[in-house]
Amino acid sequence: MSAVSREMSEGLPPIVAGYRPLEGIPDEMIGLDGSIRAPWLPLLAHLSALSPAEIAARFGRGDQYLRDAGVYYRHYGKGDVASRDWPLSHVPVILAESEWQALADGLVQRAELLEAVMADIYGENTLLTSGDLPGTLLAANPHWLRPLVGVKPASGHFLHFIAMDLGRGEDGRWWVLGDRTEAPSGAGFALETRVATSRVFAEIYRQSNVHRLAGFFGAFRDMLDWMRTPGTGSVGLLTSGLFNETYYEQAYIARYLGLSLLEGEDLVVEGQDLKVRTIDGLKPISVLWRRLESAWCDPLELDERSRLGTPGLLDAIRAGRVTMANALGAGALETQAFLAFLPRLCERLRGESLAIPNVATWWCGQEAEYQYVRENRHRLVISRANANRLPIELDPQGSTLPEAMTPERWLDEERHALVGQEAVRLSTTPAWKDGVLAPRPMTLRVFLARTPEGWQAMPGGFARVGQTLEPGSIAMRYGSNVADVWIVADKPVPEPSLLRQNGTAFMRKQPGTLPARAADNLFWLGRYVERTEGMLRLLRAYHGRLAESADTEAPLLQRVAELLETYGMDLAQPLPSEVISCIQSAVTSAGKIRDRFSLDGWSALVDLASSAEQIGRQVQPGDDAARAISVLIRKLTGFSGLVHENMYRAMGWRFLTIGQSIERAIGMAGWLSAMIPADAPDGALDLMIEVGDSVMTHRRRYAMAMPESVCDLMVLDSLNPRSILFELERMQSHIELLPGSRRENRLSPLGQALLKLRTDVATMPAEAITPEWLLDLKWRIAGLSDAVTDTYFA
Amino acid sequence: MQYEITLRLGYAYAHPVAQARHLLRVQPRTVPGMQRLVAAQLDIEPGQPERAVRTDFFGNIVHSLHFHEDHAEIDLRLLAYVERQSALPVLDVAPTLDRMRDELTRRSELGPDSPLHFLGPSPRIPDFVPFRDFAMAALNPGMSPVEAMRSIGAALSAHMEFDDAATDVDTPPLAAFEAGRGVCQDYSQIMIASLRAIGIPAGYVSGFLRTLPPPGEERLPGADAMHAWVRIWCGNSVGWLEYDPTNAMAVADDHILVGYGRDYADVAPIRGVSRTAGGQTGHHTVDVIPVG
Repeated sequence: MSAVSREMSEGLPPIVAGYRPLEGIPDEMIGLDGSIRAPWLPLLAHLSALSPAEIAARFGRGDQYLRDAGVYYRHYGKGDVASRDWPLSHVPVILAESEWQALADGLVQRAELLEAVMADIYGENTLLTSGDLPGTLLAANPHWLRPLVGVKPASGHFLHFIAMDLGRGEDGRWWVLGDRTEAPSGAGFALETRVATSRVFAEIYRQSNVHRLAGFFGAFRDMLDWMRTPGTGSVGLLTSGLFNETYYEQAYIARYLGLSLLEGEDLVVEGQDLKVRTIDGLKPISVLWRRLESAWCDPLELDERSRLGTPGLLDAIRAGRVTMANALGAGALETQAFLAFLPRLCERLRGESLAIPNVATWWCGQEAEYQYVRENRHRLVISRANANRLPIELDPQGSTLPEAMTPERWLDEERHALVGQEAVRLSTTPAWKDGVLAPRPMTLRVFLARTPEGWQAMPGGFARVGQTLEPGSIAMRYGSNVADVWIVADKPVPEPSLLRQNGTAFMRKQPGTLPARAADNLFWLGRYVERTEGMLRLLRAYHGRLAESADTEAPLLQRVAELLETYGMDLAQPLPSEVISCIQSAVTSAGKIRDRFSLDGWSALVDLASSAEQIGRQVQPGDDAARAISVLIRKLTGFSGLVHENMYRAMGWRFLTIGQSIERAIGMAGWLSAMIPADAPDGALDLMIEVGDSVMTHRRRYAMAMPESVCDLMVLDSLNPRSILFELERMQSHIELLPGSRRENRLSPLGQALLKLRTDVATMPAEAITPEWLLDLKWRIAGLSDAVTDTYFA
Repeated sequence: MQYEITLRLGYAYAHPVAQARHLLRVQPRTVPGMQRLVAAQLDIEPGQPERAVRTDFFGNIVHSLHFHEDHAEIDLRLLAYVERQSALPVLDVAPTLDRMRDELTRRSELGPDSPLHFLGPSPRIPDFVPFRDFAMAALNPGMSPVEAMRSIGAALSAHMEFDDAATDVDTPPLAAFEAGRGVCQDYSQIMIASLRAIGIPAGYVSGFLRTLPPPGEERLPGADAMHAWVRIWCGNSVGWLEYDPTNAMAVADDHILVGYGRDYADVAPIRGVSRTAGGQTGHHTVDVIPVG
């Protein structure tokens, strides 16, 4: 490896000059001889040429990207759940391609080994009978799922996508700290971390020969596609749902790879076939990339408490109708105890030793190992044999002892359930601290995917970088940061993209059939957004009038207040909490379908929610509130505009639009019924025209406001986008294009109800419209919502 | 002894159910040297659900049912003829408890009857440490697992009172133990937890108990519904024994075996998932009549 001399490094500006690795601990930037490793030089030269303000601005670009993209990590603390921003450590970890290649080859060997072990513990059990793996250990492994024993995977393979956590030890070699075979998270975070870091270092990233990640994902997606049974729909990503700490990432990677994001509830087993509930009935599916933990996948045969699974899934798997990536039960390999046996199993199954060692581990269920751990108990980390977290993740001090327990007593009482492990001293990598680079401990998460050409390692991944020098500080729950990992080649690297696949002809893919649950969420998103807008318009009119008269007892204000109360609003608050919770409901609905959403749309919605909360805390009744609400209305209109400008005209968009139309028509019918009666207060009709956003049109067409003129414009005028007839016609145009809208040339019951409603409205003379008729209309429109639900979401 | 067994099991739903899948573990199995299933028939109302039969990991017979049509109730009727052999008297040549652990660690295979499955935590018995003191109090130094089984069974009998209103199928064993009341499921899971707490492999057995006692004897609790008891592994030389903690007796030819598992979750007579809102009520009756 080439390196610059000590003199040169001393010539560098202060950000590096003061950087001193710890005694006896390898460092990623500084080689063992004290010189800077060559791949780091361009980055350091770039950083050195920048002023502190320029560096701060660049780091800010990365943070801004992540905030705009809505990248978050759900953090479970004591009794609270919070979404925290993705903690980017801006300086990447840089590895030379030559070193990486050797590491990747070793990890591929390990992936092959894990597959072989998996095949054995769910198959012939030769490792038990040969005595290489203790039966008591496997029997006690909670992730070894008995209902899956003897079940051969349809694809021929158990493992398709795995991760490994690595650390560099004191001797400078890489060590595997743990295997992630169940449903590893983080690949999407690795992608986002890459995007953010490449923005921070935009000036040098392109010239730095950093291996790109897209080729790896493209190959994996090809594999998923290739495993499909002909005639089945697109590949799905089986998510653990909105409340999982990595849900954001699951939605992100599903969108990136073009997979349907499915929950267990979206799936149903018919006979032995797995199907997706869509708006067009049940559609077959044969490959699932699984991010849901095995135990939760089928409440009939696995954990009976699961509400996330698909009853009967195991029947489909046993019949070979569906490939799970990874196979159910793969979590068995993640336990700490396996680390004690994998070196021997590698010899046994592959006739070779492990190329990359794993952290030395002794299972105390064996006599000699138990004695060794007991004698060395002060030097070793003792932890549960069946735990699947790294000991350093469990506690900032790396201690795993239960309360009021000594290592001696623990070993005596529970030796069969314990392992001893070599304490890990991690290498350091530079992190940005107070304006200079400082060494911090780090681990690497590396991903491997099975592709049509065999296992491939993602050239990159992410590094967890501690906030302090304690090895335990790399656990994300204790506030570690995450850095990009750059694998740097000596010469220019290929630039693959998921959008351009070399060698394959361009083919337009039909959009997949919309899952019923996604349609349901889009529909309600439309309704919540429109309901919010209606509430805001009424509220603005209220506060505008209040600013003029300052008399809350005025009849007109009383009438509007009554309307607002029908939404459950408490007017003691200038911006009632009901508005904020309606926006929150929209955010929740949108969150469940984030894979179908543009980034801009999502950002606009989240921005609206936080603005509303802020305004809700500060605003004063009257003019202040009216103006603040105008800001919210503009933001909301911005969101609607983005959705309608940018959303692909697939079925999902239709459901969103239908939801908006229904809500708007319901609102209009209700408001009118309160504002047109003969006994309505003075100014009611003008206010109605204002909240209906039709002041100019009304003025042009009618001399003065009368109930007839208002009803004509707001109910019957099919050219006014605020009128009820307009909304009914818009709904009709969408519903006609939904699946099942006509059977044997007859309209569906939903289509018939809508046609009748529309005809009744279109043939109604304006002067015949009464408040009672409007109220009845309101309930008939609400009935359409139920019909949509029954037809498409049940 | 040959028996005719009739089981009726079902639910009535508050709202009709559109889709439902159920797994049934109700049909007695054949175990060489113990019992033989002569014939069985399972009738299901309503209509024609999709049906399949297979054996599970532990060798139990599983019927899977899938209802596609709307239904407001389901009703299952099993008629089975089983020949039950008398159990041989136990010759207690078991090792002491201390030596049994060595025998266990030397075992490597994990077939369905391997004792290794029945040593550790299981879905319904996640933690047996709270039962350790209770179990230890019933032990004397040098006891064999067979003696330990009887002694813990007797202690449990003294501690518990049979009460079919105190618990339900989801009551955790510790709650039933602390209340000192329960039914066969509670007795069995408490005994399993106590045995595992001292390192004796113990499993859950579901089955039937003959309804009418032989003349002059009292009708035993647990005969009106499916019954449950315990199997205990007593070392390589003795192997598995079965014990009925609800009646504090060794299992003999009045007990008809349906399934083996680690706890209730592995052998629940019916496990189902329906897409429904609202509640349900269940019925469950059993008749076990000796025939010839």
